[in-house]
Amino acid sequence: MAEPMRIRAQAQGDKITVRVLMSHEMETGQRRGADGKAVPAHFIQSVSATYAGKTVMNAQWGPSISKNPFVQFSFKGGKAGDKVEVNWIDNKGDKRTDEAVIT
Amino acid sequence: MERRQFVQMGSGTTVLGLMLAAGLIPQTAAAQTAYNKAAFEGKTLNDVVKALGGATPTLSADVLLSVPEIAENGNVVRIGASSTNPAVTQIALLIEKNPAALAAVFDVPAGTDANFSTNVKMGQSSNVYAVAKMGDKYVYAVKEVKVTLGGCGG
Repeated sequence: MAEPMRIRAQAQGDKITVRVLMSHEMETGQRRGADGKAVPAHFIQSVSATYAGKTVMNAQWGPSISKNPFVQFSFKGGKAGDKVEVNWIDNKGDKRTDEAVIT
Repeated sequence: MERRQFVQMGSGTTVLGLMLAAGLIPQTAAAQTAYNKAAFEGKTLNDVVKALGGATPTLSADVLLSVPEIAENGNVVRIGASSTNPAVTQIALLIEKNPAALAAVFDVPAGTDANFSTNVKMGQSSNVYAVAKMGDKYVYAVKEVKVTLGGCGG
């Protein structure tokens, strides 16, 4: 959560492939901590990405997504030099936005 | 109607209505839809699809699912789901035997490929489903993934 997302966005013609690595515990709520009590669920619920003001990716996630989530998606109509912005919000309301330049 | 009646109707607009119109309420400002809690609590494929708004899904070769046959580490299993069918507007990933079967739901906005990859946790060997909303129908592909070390902390 404290660390920025690592975003790689690459253009092949006008098709842009975006790979994102996020920093988040993605705690399911099932795991027991050292004290034997269940560690509360803390996971990203909502992820989206925008390009030129348009939503190019929009997803809802559950706790089954791995810790430090990875996601890859692609869209058409982008070009190198422009920016892609990725956002997430978790079940506690914490959020993060990062952007990357398409190479 | 009488002009007086019309004006009275107008002044009856609630503050809430005005706020909605001004985009001050989060729901209208964000592109994100409300979290589908029911879908993420579904235990079976059919429950999840019902919560997503569909009827019983049918098997379809239009949905491609890419998973490893054997996952060494259940904490991080790379799954890819895609479809070249232009009528697909949503793709969901389910891990049948996980406590929370639905792992993710991806919308497919116009211009975005129906092709997503992510890493999921698998508690044990299980079927993995990729479900696609194709027009009004829900269709799916399924593959089994064997897990040697379970990934939910259990």
